[in-house]
Amino acid sequence: MIRFTDVVKTYENGTDALQGISFGIEDGEFVFLVGPSGSGKSTIIKLLTGEVIPTSGRVMVNGFSMSIISERQIPLVRRTVGTIFQDFRLILNKTVFENLALAMRAVGASRKELQSRIPYVLELVGLAGMERRYPDELSGGEQQRVAIARALVNNPSTIVADEPTGNLDPARSLEIMTLLERINALGTTVMVVTHEKGLVNHFDKRVIMIEDGVIVGDGMGTYEVKA
Amino acid sequence: MRHNFGFFFREGVNNMGSHGFMSFAAIGITVACLLIMGTFSLVAYNANENLKDLQRENAILAFVDEYLSDEEAMALQTELEKIPNVADCTFVSREEARDSYVEQYDDSNEYSDLDPAIFRHRYVIHLRDLEQMPQTDEAVRAVYGVADTRADKNISEGFLTVRNIAGVISIALIAILLIVSVFIISNTIKLTTFDRKDEIAIMKMVGATDGFIRWPFVYEGLLIGLISAAAAFALQWLLYRAIMQGVENSDTLQLLHIVPFDQIQGPVAGFFLAVGIFVGIGGSLTAIRKFLRV
Repeated sequence: MIRFTDVVKTYENGTDALQGISFGIEDGEFVFLVGPSGSGKSTIIKLLTGEVIPTSGRVMVNGFSMSIISERQIPLVRRTVGTIFQDFRLILNKTVFENLALAMRAVGASRKELQSRIPYVLELVGLAGMERRYPDELSGGEQQRVAIARALVNNPSTIVADEPTGNLDPARSLEIMTLLERINALGTTVMVVTHEKGLVNHFDKRVIMIEDGVIVGDGMGTYEVKA
Repeated sequence: MRHNFGFFFREGVNNMGSHGFMSFAAIGITVACLLIMGTFSLVAYNANENLKDLQRENAILAFVDEYLSDEEAMALQTELEKIPNVADCTFVSREEARDSYVEQYDDSNEYSDLDPAIFRHRYVIHLRDLEQMPQTDEAVRAVYGVADTRADKNISEGFLTVRNIAGVISIALIAILLIVSVFIISNTIKLTTFDRKDEIAIMKMVGATDGFIRWPFVYEGLLIGLISAAAAFALQWLLYRAIMQGVENSDTLQLLHIVPFDQIQGPVAGFFLAVGIFVGIGGSLTAIRKFLRV
């Protein structure tokens, strides 16, 4: 579960990224976070992954209070939040299997666990049998599926996708979003940060709109929804 | 989380391989530093050993005034033994001194009928600390009944100077070269770390601990340090053997006693190993520190 309560974030250079926002995401929800560039979306992701701490207010992520979290606990939060980026962030000189294995190794998985979990996750994202391929042998949509598989491989309770379709054509974007919807149906909380109005409107999900660090809309429906 | 030695070790080897030339340069420089440190330490050690030999062999000869009776001369022993730096002192009578002289110099029997009365009773005085020879010599001279003394101050002072200079240089060099080695290894590993910064960011993102990220780089540094230590040990052995042969074949230097390498190889290997491990791990930890702040 994610809960923001009166969260203010002011960076050291004086930028007010968030100005007292509050919202909650229940376990198993699918939420779109939308808003223009510089509205504070990235700051919300950074608060979720412990890259920054709030100036004031309270951020709870899967049982961890990010306002008072210690350095040693940050890896533990990150294991509960799988992150997907627009630019995929795959390691190009490692195979698909090795990219996923690195994520599993990082949390102490054994070789046996890698061999049973990775094929299962690759099948889930529609890449069965692609273990030995290198990222640059795959299409953009396939690379993003590998990134989703890597986010899923440690079985996090939450997936945060930051513009996951930003580098893809509309057909591939729809496929990726459908995949995320399917993952959500299996019980994982999914938060998708996006600019793409068409995609948001295609899926009848909860939409949180943010502008200038303030939440200006939160409800079921379309991009234009207002609270 | 359990320590996955095999995985970390493989990653460390891969890191080394990915910057083969830099790793080779780091090993080369570390070997050079270890060799310089080792050579100076061994010079200091050998000078010290020779000094000990000299200390064992080098004695002050105290000649007893001829006006003293035999009993009075022998009674001086107690007075001489009271002097602080005196380790032991042995009385040598005129007769014994004559016999020793004849044995040493009279190859053609010219002095066989030499009168012992022309020799003085004497004491052979061994010292605890050769460095205190001038002060002890002065104290011996001050004893009533001692007419004169003979002490090879120049030889002992020469050895002391060599030992002290080699000691100071080796300590200074060890300090400087340790820093140089850590810096070089640190820079080599920084290059690997920089190359793998995306990988590190991804590992941090999925919840890797700092320890997990650090270990492959620590193994890389450790490997560079261990390979350097092994290579430096082999080269030090060859160099030492060459110097030893040179000294043995030299007319003037063969007086020096060089400690055989097999007697000191254990401490030398231990020293190189310890320095290799220290600079390897120190270098890698210095390099990785800033990349962990993600």
